[in-house]
Amino acid sequence: MNRVENVSRRSLLKGFAGMGGLVLGMQITPESLMSATAKSGSHASSRFKPNIWLALQKNGDLTIVTHRSEMGTGCRTSLPMIVADEMEADWKRVAIEQAIGDEKYGSQNTDGSRSVRNFYQTMRVAGASARQMLEAAAAKRWGVSAEECTAKNHFIVHESGKKLGFGELAEIAADLPIPPQEKLTFKEKKDWRYVGTAMPMTDLEDIVTGKAKFGLDVELEGMKYASIERCPVVGGKVISFDPTDALTVTGVDEVVEIPAAKPPFRYQALGGVAVIGSSTWAVLQGREKLRIKWDRGENVIYNSDTYRTQLEATAGKPGVVVREEGDVDKVFASDAKTHEAAYYTPHLAHAAMEPLAATARAKEDTCELWAPTQNPQAARDEAANALGLDKKKVICNVTLLGGGFGRKSKPDYCAEAAILSRKLGNLPVRVVWTREDDMRHGYYHACAALNLKAAVDENGSPTAWRQRTVFPTIGWIFGDTSNRGSAGELGQGFSDLAFSVPNLRVEVGKTKTHVRVGWLRSVANIYHAFAVHSFADELAHLAGRDPLEYMLELIGKERHVDMSKVEYPNYDQPLEIYPIDTGRLAKTLTLAATKIGWGRKLPKGRGLGLAVHRSFLTYVASAVEVEVTKAGKLTIPRIEMAVDCGLYVNRDRVISQMEGAAVFGTGLAMMGEITAREGAIVEGNFMDHLIPRINEAPIQTNVHIIENSAPPAGVGEPGVPPVPPALTNAIFAATGKRVRELPLSKVDLGWS
Amino acid sequence: MIKLRVNGVAQRFNGDPQTPLLWYLRDALGLTGTKYGCGVGLCGACTVHQNGNAIRACITPVANLDGADITTIEGLGKDGIHVVQKAWMEHDVPQCGYCQPGQIMSAAALLASNSKPSDDDIDRSMSGNICRCGTYQRIRTAIKAAAEELA
Repeated sequence: MNRVENVSRRSLLKGFAGMGGLVLGMQITPESLMSATAKSGSHASSRFKPNIWLALQKNGDLTIVTHRSEMGTGCRTSLPMIVADEMEADWKRVAIEQAIGDEKYGSQNTDGSRSVRNFYQTMRVAGASARQMLEAAAAKRWGVSAEECTAKNHFIVHESGKKLGFGELAEIAADLPIPPQEKLTFKEKKDWRYVGTAMPMTDLEDIVTGKAKFGLDVELEGMKYASIERCPVVGGKVISFDPTDALTVTGVDEVVEIPAAKPPFRYQALGGVAVIGSSTWAVLQGREKLRIKWDRGENVIYNSDTYRTQLEATAGKPGVVVREEGDVDKVFASDAKTHEAAYYTPHLAHAAMEPLAATARAKEDTCELWAPTQNPQAARDEAANALGLDKKKVICNVTLLGGGFGRKSKPDYCAEAAILSRKLGNLPVRVVWTREDDMRHGYYHACAALNLKAAVDENGSPTAWRQRTVFPTIGWIFGDTSNRGSAGELGQGFSDLAFSVPNLRVEVGKTKTHVRVGWLRSVANIYHAFAVHSFADELAHLAGRDPLEYMLELIGKERHVDMSKVEYPNYDQPLEIYPIDTGRLAKTLTLAATKIGWGRKLPKGRGLGLAVHRSFLTYVASAVEVEVTKAGKLTIPRIEMAVDCGLYVNRDRVISQMEGAAVFGTGLAMMGEITAREGAIVEGNFMDHLIPRINEAPIQTNVHIIENSAPPAGVGEPGVPPVPPALTNAIFAATGKRVRELPLSKVDLGWS
Repeated sequence: MIKLRVNGVAQRFNGDPQTPLLWYLRDALGLTGTKYGCGVGLCGACTVHQNGNAIRACITPVANLDGADITTIEGLGKDGIHVVQKAWMEHDVPQCGYCQPGQIMSAAALLASNSKPSDDDIDRSMSGNICRCGTYQRIRTAIKAAAEELA
């Protein structure tokens, strides 16, 4: 529920002080965090405080506060669109102000594809309240009934035809009571002005002219630059270091040690040796001359190749059962025909184009941060912890993010800046991560081994389905010592399997974690979707059946999947409101298949592949067309993406997120891999950790939005999961080669 | 002493001549539209023009630029918005936006030498610029639109 109060006279919001006019705040219910993190109590945001979303000035200028971080999804534009629409404001009069980190806004952790999902109603209430108060203000001014007054594009119009601008009514409205929740009326869909349209991003011109300010662009008076050498292995620490040579570099002022983080690592600064100076170039040069002896700690045992062997062995054995229907063992023990397959996917790095950066200015008992953070409250809290300050004494300003993908939810880099500013006697300092730092000190997408087995009847339809997954859990960084995936991770495309199979068992195996594992765009859905939808395609081909027809049979009749016996967070939303709807799955899959021209006969070397996946409460199907030369060179002429995300706000940003997901998904499938050797990450830059380039990306991606009045879901992540299996299913159709491990760069796709 | 022009303004550089142009532009001149992405010339986020040609500022020492005429994203539209920037806006190319100044500088250099680039030409000229958000399809469309505008 949202409770609104008029706080015009309190001028709480930085930047709004003394503006006069109408300011609306409201109390909102912060959503719980993803189970993977909330379970470990990482940053429960359970306090409720009033909050401010918009300010209307007497001249009619309207400022709308956006509290979520802009990293490319467009939420900095779409959330204000909701407010402006419901308020009947003129978008041309809207200025957008980025909020600092403060729990009064509710969760600001911009991940989980939930900005619109969790704040649609909040923004709507903010806009509707303002609109009704302005209508009431006009009624008061004219001495008429409010029912006779209607808001229309920044004016209140009386039924007689006279009208007053929003700005002219701001002062009167400011003295009126907030309408109670039950008295709020919302615009009918036919009257929506912005929601559902394609709106250019508010920062578009600044971006293309180079004026947009990202984290690395923050410049403070007297600011120093810092570059930090961190232990190559998580949990390692400095034994000793010699700064002598580094200090000979012109422009290097100081070399200071940051103490090593202790487990659980959470978002702590990792520790290391920082070179401080007067330019980025100077500190990078100085850092190369550091001599450091490390105690690499216990995680030196981590090697990706041996770890993979262990994961695969574990996936081959019974694990902890997290969902069970019927009796798979009984079916497997019969003489039914069975099929079993093992899949493996590697670690991935976020590799946002903007490497991590943060700027801090500590004072005696305060600290101010400027950071490209997805999670400003956590950044504030981590800085406060590091400096021993009350979090109220720390301000976190949010810049634009040069990509995030989950990495910038973890503010270890912000803590570093705060620590260094304090160590330098409270000088402002910007911490610059090199690309290599960013690649080698990440919170990696988990590698995973999966084993799937099915028994099939005479039609090749499954009568029993058993699936096992093993991966290092995100929970480890928060102190979870269970060594197994959480309900949140398992609920991402695994325990929530939507296939209609009479006997089903879902298991998870145990494994230890030796690097910081973190969520990356669509998280555990990546490996789960890859295995599940590859396996479905395998069964279809084994049965000699058309994969589309087979997958539709697997999805089964239209229903809401019964999850009552499963520990299933459903992305922290109730199943009654956001069920697992097989009808939507089937419709989305059918649409993508139709658009790719499913059923076309293609010569060998060309093929089509399909997958449909529900994640973050959104349904996305990918239909991929590939060409593979005899030598094994892969090109992707076309991808059709069908998406049902329920209500959406900015049509063009839904499309752009799906276009981007097609590149992200094919990219990770084709070339994404991070490996560890003796605990250290091997890959360091774009020569060994590859990101698809324009000549490697899908040539054409078409996006088809299914109009649906279901509640809003989200689009930042759910485009990704179906893409890798649709791609490898297409490769099978083209070549007869079944891909069970990623990336494809390690697989010979040649055929004859 | 190295003398160069940046966006039409004469500059004198007295620092370490091995300083990459990128850090000189950003730290000394405050031209932060040119972005750091990799430091080794692999991602293109730092693309600027040297005498009209696209170069990677992160691997170009200022020592090599005596007498050079450098244009950055801030100086691209000498008379307002450059046609490439305009096309980028009309096609809503950016997502996060971080790589886009470099993409735009590469595209502008391409169109300056090739007024009607084919898909292969675009691949060749733009494959040095990584976009992690995956805006390539719109980049291609915007380049073609800008080419039409220039024709």
